[in-house]
Amino acid sequence: MKKLIVNREIDVNEEGYLLEFKQWDREVSECIAGECEIVMTEKHWEVIEYIQDKHLKEEPLSIRGIKKSGVINIKEFYNLFPGGPLKKATMIAGVPKPKSCI
Amino acid sequence: MSTKVKKMLFILSKATIENAYAAFIMANGARMEGIESEIFFTFFGLEAIQKEKLEHLHVATVGNPAMHIPTMLGGLPGVEAFATKMMKKEMEKLDMPPVDEFLEILSDSGCKLWGCKLAVDMFHLEKEDLIDELDGIITIGDFYNRANQEGTHLLFI
Repeated sequence: MKKLIVNREIDVNEEGYLLEFKQWDREVSECIAGECEIVMTEKHWEVIEYIQDKHLKEEPLSIRGIKKSGVINIKEFYNLFPGGPLKKATMIAGVPKPKSCI
Repeated sequence: MSTKVKKMLFILSKATIENAYAAFIMANGARMEGIESEIFFTFFGLEAIQKEKLEHLHVATVGNPAMHIPTMLGGLPGVEAFATKMMKKEMEKLDMPPVDEFLEILSDSGCKLWGCKLAVDMFHLEKEDLIDELDGIITIGDFYNRANQEGTHLLFI
């Protein structure tokens, strides 16, 4: 389905995850973050870049991976993206929702 | 979020690997979905939070029909250790953390970890015997009081 984000038609699935990563940019990101009541800071962007990097390398995302990432620790991660951090961070990063249970 | 589950309270009463991980994965899964979670360790479940024992949890090979080996074989020396080793290897492949790291992840994720006072007294344990991440030693009554909002669920494992 199409969703109007920053006056552009973006392809998203029914949960709001981007279907085409090439439609992603920082403006789109900030708009999705706003819907999640998150105001992006430098630290948020660092995490988003880490997540996008993992996605491009086709490496699965997990909370354990976040712990080992060296980018952020788990406590901070939950503080930056409250209420389901990996779910929200991937949506903001424009990548699919992780399928892992851990 | 569409789920009506707001808080998951787990009581872990057993110390086999499969039961401990069931509690850990569900508690962590709840936090990842934005749901609150807490675990109350009681009876043999306390082994999973004892510093000296938590690395030595085993899978049960006796009285466990899903192992698909004869019960008498399961009781032979070394079989349980071997089965446990195999299972840990498979879990590592799926990037499942070992017990100590999993408890650390849970604690960092905001999952509260509680020891059962009665069981702690019964096994003559001290606070020092238990993991540093423990949020406290409480009674079952205290734990029920943690179910303080709509959409709370309590699960016995």
